[in-house]
Amino acid sequence: MSITMTGRAAKGPATRGPAADGTAPRRRSRRPSPLHLVLLPLSLVMVAPLLWMVLLSVSTKEETRRFPPGLPHGIEWRNYTGALADAPLAHWLGNSAIVSVSCVAGNLVFCSLAGYAFARIRFLGSRALFVAVLATLMVPFQIVMLPTLIMVRAAGLTDTLGALIVPNLATAFGVFLLRQFFTTVPRELEEAARIDGASRLRILVQVMLPLMRPTLATLAVLTFLQTWNDFLWPLIAVQNPDHMTVQLGLQTFQGAHNTDWPKLMAGTVISQLPVFAMFFVAQRFFVRSVATAGLK
Amino acid sequence: MAATVLPARAAKGGRPRRSRRLGEHLAGWGFVSPAVLLIGLFGMLPVLWSFWLSFQETDLTSPGEFAGGAKYAELVRDPLMWEAARRSAVYTVLFVPLTMVLALPIAVMLNQRIRGVTLYRMAVFVPLVTSTVATGIIFNWLLNPQFGPVNAALAKAGLPQQGFFQSPGQALFALVAMTVWGWLGFAVIIYLAALQAVPADLMEAAALDGCGRLRAFRHVELPLLAPASGFLLVWLTINSLQLFDEVYVTTKGGPLRATTVVVYHLYNKAFVDFDGGYAAAVGCVLFLVILAVTLVQLALTRRASSYEVR
Repeated sequence: MSITMTGRAAKGPATRGPAADGTAPRRRSRRPSPLHLVLLPLSLVMVAPLLWMVLLSVSTKEETRRFPPGLPHGIEWRNYTGALADAPLAHWLGNSAIVSVSCVAGNLVFCSLAGYAFARIRFLGSRALFVAVLATLMVPFQIVMLPTLIMVRAAGLTDTLGALIVPNLATAFGVFLLRQFFTTVPRELEEAARIDGASRLRILVQVMLPLMRPTLATLAVLTFLQTWNDFLWPLIAVQNPDHMTVQLGLQTFQGAHNTDWPKLMAGTVISQLPVFAMFFVAQRFFVRSVATAGLK
Repeated sequence: MAATVLPARAAKGGRPRRSRRLGEHLAGWGFVSPAVLLIGLFGMLPVLWSFWLSFQETDLTSPGEFAGGAKYAELVRDPLMWEAARRSAVYTVLFVPLTMVLALPIAVMLNQRIRGVTLYRMAVFVPLVTSTVATGIIFNWLLNPQFGPVNAALAKAGLPQQGFFQSPGQALFALVAMTVWGWLGFAVIIYLAALQAVPADLMEAAALDGCGRLRAFRHVELPLLAPASGFLLVWLTINSLQLFDEVYVTTKGGPLRATTVVVYHLYNKAFVDFDGGYAAAVGCVLFLVILAVTLVQLALTRRASSYEVR
């Protein structure tokens, strides 16, 4: 499934929106669509909470009491410097980056290997194993977390970044997603390489993976978002502020500053910057990835 | 690239069939073993382990004692458990239909070719990348009874002030509102993808047959959206039964337990009361409920989506 993000780009592919029948563009140039009357207020409602967050983060405490809100008289950067001084936000962002990037790397490597084998190699027990992996997709995290916590403690990983990384290095969703896409690659492509005597690993890395770049990127985006926004597992696995992810850290920051709204909002803005930046740069791709998750 | 240094071991052509088959088995197992070990260790084993824990008296740090079905008996008699289940049910029954009913018309509108549709789409999707903690902080401000802008707006309109997250009667509804805002974009993306997969010639044929836009939508597009609706129904229901993060960052289960939903109850039992056996029992029951919901909804939607394009 893919989504055409710009309305005008709908000329090419056969699958396109119902209004893409050639009459719409002409009508559009004559008078604006009445849909704007619905879409404009709707968009404002959706963005308002985030705009408010940004507005508050540069306001003084007195200005936060005003309603309706106006633009602040000046930009109060002290909220940002204050937030950065009060909490190790940069350190937490670094922790989150380490955890998310490690999990993305782990998923790309391990799920590619497994996905390829489940799609293309006929080996003893492959079907049973694959069904077992698929079955874990239905398991809620809450039933998994207590034994995982016991294991992490036993392995001496309590209160480390390792506790956040190791259990998420490979996911059933990743294996499933990549297997589905490996099955769509024509067999002829790898058979030529097989006849030339290339090993399975070599075929995977040199023939298959280059064909799957968009799918690998989709898995990377979804894994990144998942681990970056994860909350419950870090909450129970990490207590030491040194090893908190930015989400968990921000929650403790909220507990400490729930009366200083501008400073709290400044911290919130900082914590959201990387993901917002990603979204604005690659929103088309991001949307397509989420739609792919819906294939599941 | 690591693979370039690997020797190409398979001899050209004349290799005996049996060793080739054995090689395939070994390659297969070698390839899947890292992922399967990880998923087995952190996805499969914990399910059995939780089941075993639910028959134990344990605080999760020291070795437990066998307790038989005592935890399940306790759970069934626990009024807090039933309250929590009722709240989760109320939340789910409000959140899931509300999200889907709002998402469908928005997706249809965002599928039109109008000026600025890219910006509109971004506006609808951006809450999706906002983390739960950030969402919670923002809504704690918006719905703050003393300083929040929503109450300020109500005051301007001459309406009475509300407690929102701090009112036992309203907190669960405030959570519904907040999570609909956060999840709407996801549902819209799913519907939008389904709408864009509707073959254009189907809609053209309907138009040629003198079918109005509304009727074409009702009789052509809507039936084709059934699989997307089925997926959303299952996916949103599963997620709302597992509601926790949003509660933790806003109400912490309060006020007066008004938002202590099932998973929050589980969390309290495991990490406040240190009753690991009870928490595991709640987890097992939750698993069964989710399994049942999924299977029933899949069976229902399979029948509903039997409409096919020929």
